Amino acid sequence: MLARLASPRTGGLLALAILIALLPLALPNRYFYDVAILVGLNAIVCVGLNLLIGYAGQISLGHAGFFGLGAYGSAILATRYGWPPLAALLATTLAVALLAYIVGRPILRLKGHYLAMATLGLGIIIFMVLTTEDKFTGGPDGISVVPFSIGGFALQGERIWYWVVGALLLVAVWLALNLIESPAGRALRALHSSEVGAEVVGINAAEHKLMVFVISAVFASVAGSLGAHYSGFVTPAKAAFLHSIELVTMVVFGGLASTYGAVVGAAVLTTLPQLLTSFEDYEMMVFGALMIGTMVFLPRGVVPSIARLLASRRNAVPGDKENSA
Amino acid sequence: MSAQFMQYLLTGLTVGAIYALVALGFSIIFNASHVINFAQGEFVMIGGMATVSLVAAGLPYFFAVLLAIAAAALVGLALEKFAIEPARDASVVTLIIITIGASIFLRGLAMVVWDKGFHALRPFTGDTPIAIGGATILPQSLWVLGVTLVIVLVLSWFFGRTLLGKAMLATSHNRLAAQLVGINVRMVLFLSFGLSAALGAIAGILIAPITATSYDIGIMLGLKGFAAAILGGLGSGIGAVVGGLVLGIAETMSAGYLSSAYKDAIAFVIILVVLFFMPSGLFGSRGGERV
Amino acid sequence: MSLLRVDGLEKKFGGVNAVEELSFAIRPGAVFSIIGPNGAGKTTLLNLLTGVYKPSAGRIEFDGHDLTGRAPHEYARHGIARTFQNLQMFFNMSALENVMVGRYMQERCGLLAALLHSPRLARAERACREEAAELMRYVGLQNYLSAASDAMPYGALKRLEIARALATMPKLMLLDEPAAGLNPTEVLELDELIGKLTGRGVTVVLVEHNMRLVMGVSEHILVLDYGRKLAEGPALAVRNDPKVIEAYLGSATTRDGSFGNEVSNAVAVGVEMHR
Repeated sequence: MLARLASPRTGGLLALAILIALLPLALPNRYFYDVAILVGLNAIVCVGLNLLIGYAGQISLGHAGFFGLGAYGSAILATRYGWPPLAALLATTLAVALLAYIVGRPILRLKGHYLAMATLGLGIIIFMVLTTEDKFTGGPDGISVVPFSIGGFALQGERIWYWVVGALLLVAVWLALNLIESPAGRALRALHSSEVGAEVVGINAAEHKLMVFVISAVFASVAGSLGAHYSGFVTPAKAAFLHSIELVTMVVFGGLASTYGAVVGAAVLTTLPQLLTSFEDYEMMVFGALMIGTMVFLPRGVVPSIARLLASRRNAVPGDKENSA
Repeated sequence: MSAQFMQYLLTGLTVGAIYALVALGFSIIFNASHVINFAQGEFVMIGGMATVSLVAAGLPYFFAVLLAIAAAALVGLALEKFAIEPARDASVVTLIIITIGASIFLRGLAMVVWDKGFHALRPFTGDTPIAIGGATILPQSLWVLGVTLVIVLVLSWFFGRTLLGKAMLATSHNRLAAQLVGINVRMVLFLSFGLSAALGAIAGILIAPITATSYDIGIMLGLKGFAAAILGGLGSGIGAVVGGLVLGIAETMSAGYLSSAYKDAIAFVIILVVLFFMPSGLFGSRGGERV
Repeated sequence: MSLLRVDGLEKKFGGVNAVEELSFAIRPGAVFSIIGPNGAGKTTLLNLLTGVYKPSAGRIEFDGHDLTGRAPHEYARHGIARTFQNLQMFFNMSALENVMVGRYMQERCGLLAALLHSPRLARAERACREEAAELMRYVGLQNYLSAASDAMPYGALKRLEIARALATMPKLMLLDEPAAGLNPTEVLELDELIGKLTGRGVTVVLVEHNMRLVMGVSEHILVLDYGRKLAEGPALAVRNDPKVIEAYLGSATTRDGSFGNEVSNAVAVGVEMHR
């Protein structure tokens, strides 16, 4: 029983669920709920992005584009065309998945820096389209969004949204962990390590990369749609390059190939700017320095580094050499 | 040739020359280290902004320019020493994050040291437009083209004829072999950052009189310079120049004849098209993986 | 009836003809060796036979299917497995997980099943773990069942790669210099393992420099030189072929500098010849 509790899937999910359930006791007012919801939304995106970057070993510097498309899709369909928000969400998610599938094929043939730049280009093009086509999108000022309602019942207010986002985060983490611990997940980790080695045991690398790309795009799109309904407006900034960078930083900071790391990364780097508003002018400098510092001193990210530290303490036996890679 | 076409061409060449300088900076660093320096655009910004404030502080124009270039070069060296070197063997993702972090840091620093406003720099030799074939060109644009040409010539002399330049080229082709023949590759890397920063700063100073400068012009210029480098073939000097000019002309032409709203998108469409169909660009070398 | 049939195979890299006009056939159940000096095109040939390289010309037919130009995973799906000269181990996983990856084609599950983790999947995972452990024992790695792959010695890693290749349930197994870097005891163990593989019904193709091993296990040998077939036939005939002897003893010094290799090979062949 205790062993099961220690596994990431059951024990970890339980811990996360308890944390989500108890956190409101520590949140004094609406502002804190708002930050928590933003953390949750970013965490959902990061869990998906971590599958792509940490497990499959790819990179995307344009994922905010999918987030933005999700936000605008839901916003436009629900507000301008009066679609039921749930239908708008589903349609938007499907459309984004399709886009990711079509664009993903050629993009994922690239590797390393070239892949990074191609995804960057994709993200920026999405941003520019959202900013320029103001007849649909309201241009740089964006548009307002109707609240999310199902069958007449509208989700409004921070408290309700906190529970919705919290529950969805648990679902996202559960799905991600399931994928990782399946043969498909092993295949992903294999192709991250040696793509040719994976191919010769029958793994279609291109297909797997595409699958993860689409899944991570879907996570981002859903988070974007929900975020749009929650905040009540969308602006192109949601799809901006800076947002893409923030997301990648959260994933890498929290820990590559660590789903909980992605959640931690999202939590820390979403709340940090809030803490830094007193240093308003120095915020960018601190953020930039933090990015550099983390990568130089904790290249594996926070959670794996801590895990390693705990593991080596536990295993410390005289003469026992720990392999540090 | 219609006057309008001529106008677009001249503007495109001017802008393209700036992109070429930024692209050269990318290629030099990439050759020395296989790092894509996302902070390249910030050197451009530093060049312009530093010159503006030095001139405002009372320094003679010429010395302000020299000092600004030196300052940018120092920033480049510091970047290499404190951010890149400690993470020498890190993965691509890590290095990307580091240089992006550096670019954010530098932008934040600029915001603190200077401010968020736009600043104009006095043109080198006045601003009376010169007429060429029905179109007009600013004297500053001639400076841009002229200085870029000189720099390209100087660099090709440097890399082709001097020992240090050849050592840097050797490092880019085969790092291990270069080390084995006694080339200090860490010094090469160090210098390449300084050199690229200086190039970026020069570009920033050249363009500042035409388009005002501010703390965040670095991002777009950096990304477009990168697009030019990719178009020409990452790591190729001549590719950087050709890529820059082609991008500049393509941008102005499409803004003029097609849609000006999507002018900035051209660079990124080019990135995607090049990467999809000819990843090694116009002049780059094709690599293969040995298994 | 041949298991693998190669016709007029060619591979050009720019101006270099790595493999030229190569035709041969491999019968099932045999141990077939490919030998030749460094640079003769042996690894290129293996890469062609597993889809890692696409041929510039020619045809590859396996078990009645035309596999020319297909992707590596398709070669794997038809039953060709391989090991690598430069180990392509998944160092981010444990030794056992490496072999489990080899069972990917048997374990394939749909995306939905993976995302929702059905009880059936959990059971399949346990079975997969067991099968992988069994394979590790088969190749003699019973002491490494809970080892991390990046903590294993070189010789063990080479055997792990064989276990992983075996997990794909291949009809044909291509081993790229499996004896490289092994001490004589380990080479003997490898000899035995190859015997076990053929006993299991797997056709083995060996690319090797170690002539003692080659002569000991092979029924059939193909000699490559400069990407072309120098000789082919039963082991005994090949080792007495004057062209082969000349290629190993002749201008070896001036060619590609692998003088040491050629001398030891020549000595080995010479020793064998004078048995």
